[in-house]
Amino acid sequence: MAVPTVLLSDLELDALTELVNLGVSNAASSLREMVREEVVLSVPKVTEVTREQAIANLTEREAKRLVAVHQDFEGDIRGRALLIFPEAKSMELVRAIVGSELAVEDIMELEQEALAETGNIMLNSCLATMANHFERSLRISLPEVIYGEGAEFFGPSSGAHADDRVLFMFINFAVRHRDVQGYIAMLLDLPSLATLKVLLGALIERTAGATIVAPPHDV
Amino acid sequence: MARIGEIVTHKVLIVDDSKLARMAVVKALNALRPDWLRVEAGNADEALARINDQSPDIVLLDFNMPGKDGLLFAAELSRQYPQIAIAVISANRQVEVINRAEAVGATFLPKPLTEKALGDFLSAAVARQAAAAR
Repeated sequence: MAVPTVLLSDLELDALTELVNLGVSNAASSLREMVREEVVLSVPKVTEVTREQAIANLTEREAKRLVAVHQDFEGDIRGRALLIFPEAKSMELVRAIVGSELAVEDIMELEQEALAETGNIMLNSCLATMANHFERSLRISLPEVIYGEGAEFFGPSSGAHADDRVLFMFINFAVRHRDVQGYIAMLLDLPSLATLKVLLGALIERTAGATIVAPPHDV
Repeated sequence: MARIGEIVTHKVLIVDDSKLARMAVVKALNALRPDWLRVEAGNADEALARINDQSPDIVLLDFNMPGKDGLLFAAELSRQYPQIAIAVISANRQVEVINRAEAVGATFLPKPLTEKALGDFLSAAVARQAAAAR
């Protein structure tokens, strides 16, 4: 049986993008307190792609090695959320958090911790915003830092299957003069994406309230 | 000047690239001021066109939008249309964002928007405009 290429409607993707926007904006407010400088965000863009397309997207944008922080979540929907940056820029982020005056070896030592904490803030904020709006709870694992290339992050060892869909969320966040660029990706299996569609539909209905009048009959 | 008994209605322009976010604002507006007129726009360019052909007296702006962001647009609007009351709505509660909103004469409202926050802003906007018209 052929799997439909796109499961989410435009309005469902719009709603999901707005949830990511809310989550990342909240996270930026927390991150600002850590780096003591304004965190500038780009407009988030959410696309639903296959695992192969997600890997291609990532390697197209960044050929070099990447660092990711990932957290697994389960509840009504289950999957993995990743915050991904180019390896070089991850050190910039660490410097912004721990201060540039520290010696290189001290920064190296703190790198894992600083990345895990940043990932924890960004990813938890997105997942918690989604859970709250869906009125569902999600159990979220502790953050883990991984190094590698795009294919490895979305590969079979990530728990993803060949037919899994990936919600690829692109958002650029910059700490003033430091060019720190990040992507958020979410891996969901097909049953979870179908559930996500139902949850987004319910959210849209609740948000619309009485403002959307259903057509009197089907044409 | 409005005579006693005359209904003064207001027109609110809602600017957000997300349809869901506009729906949320419309729902709050419906609960608070069901008789007010509403106009929607998905970005700053569209909003400018609606301001020219619909003349709203209150503008609710999303901050993080493609093209011109809500704060840049608010700065332009308050220069060109000082009579319009502007609110910038965002989940991005960084002190720099709030300060910039206030510097251009806009009110910062946190997202998700509560009826209380929106209601307070609308009442203040109406009072300010009524005082200016006197």
